[in-house]
Amino acid sequence: MKGEYFMPVSPLFAPQPMHIPDGFLSVLVSIVFWVISAVVIVIALRKTRQTLAERQVPLMGILAAAIFAGQMLNFSVTGGTSGHLLGAAIAVILLGPWAAVLVMVSVVSVQALLFQDGGILALGANIFNMAIVGVFISYAVYSLSNRLFKNKTWGIFVSGFAAAWSSILIASLVCALELALSGTSPANIALPAMGGIHAIIGIGEGLITVGALAFIFATRKDLLKIGEAKASGSKGLVAGGLGLAALLAVLSPLASSHPDGLEWVAEQTGFLETAKDALYNIIPDYTMPGISNAAVATIAAGLVGVIIVFVIAYGVARAEKRLPVPEEAKK
Amino acid sequence: MDARVKLVFTLVFLVCLNLTPSAAWPAYILFLALVISAALAAHLSPGLLLKRSLIALPFMLAALPLVFTGPAPTIILHLGKQELLFSITGLERFISIAIKMWLSVLTAVILGAATRFSALSNALLQLKAPRLLVTVITLMWRYLFVIIEEVTRMQRARSSRSASVPGRHRGGGSVWWRARVTGGMAGSLFLRALERSDRVYASMLSRGYSGDLPAGYVYPIPKSQKRLLLPGILVLFLIFVIGFLSGG
Repeated sequence: MKGEYFMPVSPLFAPQPMHIPDGFLSVLVSIVFWVISAVVIVIALRKTRQTLAERQVPLMGILAAAIFAGQMLNFSVTGGTSGHLLGAAIAVILLGPWAAVLVMVSVVSVQALLFQDGGILALGANIFNMAIVGVFISYAVYSLSNRLFKNKTWGIFVSGFAAAWSSILIASLVCALELALSGTSPANIALPAMGGIHAIIGIGEGLITVGALAFIFATRKDLLKIGEAKASGSKGLVAGGLGLAALLAVLSPLASSHPDGLEWVAEQTGFLETAKDALYNIIPDYTMPGISNAAVATIAAGLVGVIIVFVIAYGVARAEKRLPVPEEAKK
Repeated sequence: MDARVKLVFTLVFLVCLNLTPSAAWPAYILFLALVISAALAAHLSPGLLLKRSLIALPFMLAALPLVFTGPAPTIILHLGKQELLFSITGLERFISIAIKMWLSVLTAVILGAATRFSALSNALLQLKAPRLLVTVITLMWRYLFVIIEEVTRMQRARSSRSASVPGRHRGGGSVWWRARVTGGMAGSLFLRALERSDRVYASMLSRGYSGDLPAGYVYPIPKSQKRLLLPGILVLFLIFVIGFLSGG
């Protein structure tokens, strides 16, 4: 039975260039993002266990399956291009942020483990981009924009579109930054290219999300109300998500307007060639801390900043319990 | 082979492969030899492997700029008035990334195709992945194909209702109209999923569900396979060292 389905399903995912395959990220970058993702997953597990009843477990599983299958839905825009659904925004609106993280983590993991859409080593980074950044950006934008429109009916749709669009855009920018950090794709090319493509892809995502919201609004209004109630929760998350968005917005033009991205790659490869015998050179990114290059320093500082913002946001959101050692990192 | 052993080998293989520097051709060939022998041992058809390993191909675009932005020595190409710097080292890095990506995807295809899902999720549990997450993933896998069928039916219904003029690949009204229809499909898909989850939960309860899926019996890893672990990891590490010495 499996064989029949694999074939028609897998090519349909190809048009969304967001799942990083293995081989593109340096091992250090992969591991760093695995650790970050693992910490967030552990927090999300805690949170959902506290707030959700056990009946939500099958709900999350089946909704994850629906999002996976929903990514097959597309509509043609013009000449061969088509609008797609990734689903982070709709998951947030229906489930609230923490459960949405788990749902998206499941989706991305199954795509990597069983459909080879995205690498296994790169899974940490992919989870970070799509399940964590995607979800929290949607959450921050949706709840803030909803508050702005004072929960008017049409405000839901505007907010839904904004949340869906920005989640795609920001996730793609983070993806480009990861590639640049790994020395795979120079920042001044990767950032505008990924951002540009996904600013367009995001419109498709936004339109489908609005359509879905309109449908749900017409048939099961109560579901959206629940989403709102959840969305009015912790302010730390909203602040964290918006902080991340702002950081990236400042960082991206900075990083991409610097032509030095090229030099950086050159420096890295040259460095590797000349000092092959030193063991720490197996990790190209070891060059990060002591670097004099302004563009690289900016990107590095930006990423560190993003991480700090996240840590603070979660600290505010959770406050009480200490973080356990991330189990996920051992896998 | 035990799924845990497979999972560990896959991870070590991926780490070693991705640590190998670019242009380490001998190491790549050794890695490829390992992948091919694993595929042969798993009795997988080469056609299936090749077809499914092509999925990540579009992503190569992201690494393409390396060819033109790489370090000297460069060859200057003239395209009309534009000058393009074509870097040999950049090309080498590009090809290396392509090879690494292809080998990684092949490994993942072999792991996915040669392991039953239940074995894989059990292995994840025993390697201490969070239980709730594995439960959600297991349930997702269980209903995935049901829901994919539902989406296929929806798409068939849409295409049979929106006629298209011959020669044009799309049917129906304007872009907005198409987006709204697709959105409606997505919305109804999520609603149906919610309602299905209610029914599933009810039937799970009636069978005695108490928050955890019943776990299968945990078999210990056979001794013969345990003995394989260390030499296997050593071999992978050795190939990595070869690659490290030969690569650029």
